[in-house]
Amino acid sequence: MSTEYEPVIGLEIHVQLKTRTKMFCGCELSFGEEPNTRTCPICLGLPGTLPVTNAQAVQYGIMMGLALGCEIAPRSIFHRKNYFYPDLAKGYQISQYDIPLCLGGRLGDVRIHRIHLEEDAAKLVHVGASGRIHGSEASVVDYNRGGTPLAEIVTEPDLRSAEQARDWLQLLRETLRQLGVSDVNMEEGSLRCDANVSIRPKGTHALGTKTELKNMNSFRYVMQGINAEIARQTALLESGESVTQETLHFDPVSGRISSLRSKEEAHDYRYFPEPDLVPIVPTPEMMAAAEAAIPELPADREARYESDFGIPTDTAHLFAYEPTWGTYFERVAVEGNRDAKAAAIWVTELRTRLGADADPHKSAVVPAQLAALAALVAAKKVTAGSARTVLDKMVETGDHPDRIAEAEGLTVMEDSGELSQIVAKVISENPDVVEKVRGGNAKAMGALVGPIMRETKGRADGGEVNRLLREQLGV
Amino acid sequence: MIELTAKQAADAIRSGDLDANEYFEFYRQRAASDPYNSYTWVAEKAPEIDTRKPFAGVPIAIKDLFCTEGIPSQAGSKILEDYRPPYTATSVDRLTTHAGGTLLGKTNQDEFAMGSSTENSAYGPTLNPWDTSRVPGGSSGGSAAVVAGATAPWSIGTDTGGSIRQPAALTGIVGLKPTYGAISRYGMIAFASSLDQAGPFTRDVTDSAMLLSAMVGADPCDQTSLGLPEPVRIPTANDLKGIRLGVPEELAGEGIEDGVLKAFNDTLELAKSLGATVETTHLPHAPHGLAAYYLIAPAECSSNLARYDGVRYGFRKSGASTLIDMYTQTREAGFGAEVKRRIMLGTYALSSGYYDAYYGRAQKVRTLISQDFKNAWDKFDFIVTPTAPGVAFELGSKTADPLAMYLNDFCTVPMSLAGIPAISIPNGLSEGLPVGFQIAGPAFSENRILDAALALEKAIGFDASKAYA
Ligand SMILES: [Zn+2]
Repeated sequence: MSTEYEPVIGLEIHVQLKTRTKMFCGCELSFGEEPNTRTCPICLGLPGTLPVTNAQAVQYGIMMGLALGCEIAPRSIFHRKNYFYPDLAKGYQISQYDIPLCLGGRLGDVRIHRIHLEEDAAKLVHVGASGRIHGSEASVVDYNRGGTPLAEIVTEPDLRSAEQARDWLQLLRETLRQLGVSDVNMEEGSLRCDANVSIRPKGTHALGTKTELKNMNSFRYVMQGINAEIARQTALLESGESVTQETLHFDPVSGRISSLRSKEEAHDYRYFPEPDLVPIVPTPEMMAAAEAAIPELPADREARYESDFGIPTDTAHLFAYEPTWGTYFERVAVEGNRDAKAAAIWVTELRTRLGADADPHKSAVVPAQLAALAALVAAKKVTAGSARTVLDKMVETGDHPDRIAEAEGLTVMEDSGELSQIVAKVISENPDVVEKVRGGNAKAMGALVGPIMRETKGRADGGEVNRLLREQLGV
Repeated sequence: MIELTAKQAADAIRSGDLDANEYFEFYRQRAASDPYNSYTWVAEKAPEIDTRKPFAGVPIAIKDLFCTEGIPSQAGSKILEDYRPPYTATSVDRLTTHAGGTLLGKTNQDEFAMGSSTENSAYGPTLNPWDTSRVPGGSSGGSAAVVAGATAPWSIGTDTGGSIRQPAALTGIVGLKPTYGAISRYGMIAFASSLDQAGPFTRDVTDSAMLLSAMVGADPCDQTSLGLPEPVRIPTANDLKGIRLGVPEELAGEGIEDGVLKAFNDTLELAKSLGATVETTHLPHAPHGLAAYYLIAPAECSSNLARYDGVRYGFRKSGASTLIDMYTQTREAGFGAEVKRRIMLGTYALSSGYYDAYYGRAQKVRTLISQDFKNAWDKFDFIVTPTAPGVAFELGSKTADPLAMYLNDFCTVPMSLAGIPAISIPNGLSEGLPVGFQIAGPAFSENRILDAALALEKAIGFDASKAYA
């Protein structure tokens, strides 16, 4: 009998912060400028230069920490991480080591281990056939990216599947996006994800040997990479071999995993406290400013929409991830005397018409009028079908739904005399259907509803039509 | 002109009694024909002189490791051969752009400030103007020799473990290491960041105060810079009434040459006659200062010097076929033996598994030494010691024995580790060569140190002109 294994996954996420300038110098951040045009003596590591900590990056770090429920260190310090590589102008990266800015915390089901600040490396471009350093003819360095502020978020190993990892990463991404601290674009590298993966027999608690899967640059690759690694480790254990601690690369094209370096080859970074910088000591003013800059975040918003407004989870999730629509929904719900479910339905209808990226607040449809439309439907003054037509007109003209329904003749027929005549007319025009119904096939009556609705241009109430049909057919 | 101190010259230029261009040209010619190999670069002509500024027209020599825009800044190393920075160090900018001083030249030094004799320069050793068979001390030997040899009226250097005070002592001039953080480090090519501090070399204490006053100040480009709590005053003291001097047994006895010790004790008597009280005391951890220093400074330098890899600037060894070869060959050919030794030491001290035993332990010793000094300030205004254990030594006599060379910093390293200010003033001669007297005080006590130094300077009556007359 084969053992069933449980994956244990932790993530390390690097987030490029959307500050105006770099982490330790005054250069503006680069967005695809000509190579080496966003540089200065400091980020080029010229002799004699010194770093100066970016206050905005510290504020963003504190905001992230507070948003994820971390404890903000009263005093955190920078270290130097020493290694030789051309993408590292100084021969060391300034990072945080044993005393990071934020400790502990949680987002959804996953505990946060720590968040620390550091600087990004420059970009190496390998000229020649393969595009990787081995086999390339030459390498050139673009220092534009060098020194961009990064926050590294490390989770506890709380994830149990690749799908869960992807979903959680999406929640984190949306949280950071709404915090406004980063562009969080995986393809462009402003959000990068490494995964620590191990497996263990289901039901056991000891952790297996983990491997580190580097730099998966899309949500799909994160899922594929982790699944491939789980499969690889499972195959190893099932064939009686063991997992080796190493750093791995996932190639999304081939789906294959290859080793970057083993534990023995791991660098000795010779960390020591950065003597050129003073500790980060957040003042009460800094903490208050960071706190004040935090908007309501998606997880909280989703929970609130479900509990306070009673709307379905899917819709709550949608409005939480698209907070502009969420805010609009709230206004419609309030205008509509908190008939939130109806409000949610009609806001979703409007979203379909305007597109998810549009700002409904800037559309012709003001919340009070959308609430009025929902009220028309609830009061059975307009059928749901007619209401969609009314909404089309509202988007176009910005007119009040009452006026549109009236002008277009879309209100439900209140005069049952008129409807009764139409029913009688349709019955007389369809003797074969009448035959069937009277012969005992009640379902055949449905064939008469369509022509009646057409005749009334959708204004007839479905229940009333049914009642009149039965009455006139005597069934 | 040669007898004028910098302050006298500055006063004469402002009052119109001395022509600024003539004065600059006088020193420029002396510097250009300097016989001691003190300079690595000398200005070709005077820049425009604004006589309204306090140091207008007074030439100043700058240690090579200060970055000066467009002017070679090589830190005594082949790896920075003809490196011309795109910017100027904050402290130099304050002296020139702001105070109006005129950049005369860049001075020779031990490579990356690692050494105590200026023999570790890729540009040849500097000679001591008192005796050209001897070293001027180091690492700021060039900056000391230009003042002693009067090829500049004053100069600036840097002190990491004694690199201003020891060469000042060995060449018979005044050298001041300010409180760590008093002067910006921005633009100083780093050796050991937590210890490096710029400071003045001058003929007398008054010039020292004047030069210091223009260098200090917090700098937004250096987070560790604080400036001084009060402006530097020109000292005026004539006596030492009520001043309590502590003489630490650990730094003023064993290991100090007889002649140096005699001069030191004579000056203690002089201090008493000026009204000071003198008492023996203890800095129990000070003897461990050297060991701690030779772990902390190499550790920091192993990281600070990683940027010299041949990729972006400076020297690159040609012909390497791989990246690693390029790094290795460039650093092999670009760095001198002492620099390589310290990079190795520092790399080892920071290595995983050794960090706690070496770097971590050294930092604890550093804290204990700071505490020793703090305890001393309860009882004393100043701690005084001989500046260096001996007089200037023969060229080549200690190059084969790094430990003997390191012992030169024995009396100066504890103050560097504690980050406190200390001055070395000329204290007569031993064997016909100058010796120094060191006065150290609490952090930010520069004004009081300068006053005490002035009173002693007057009483000692040292004649510095012997070296250049
Ligand atoms: Zn920059």
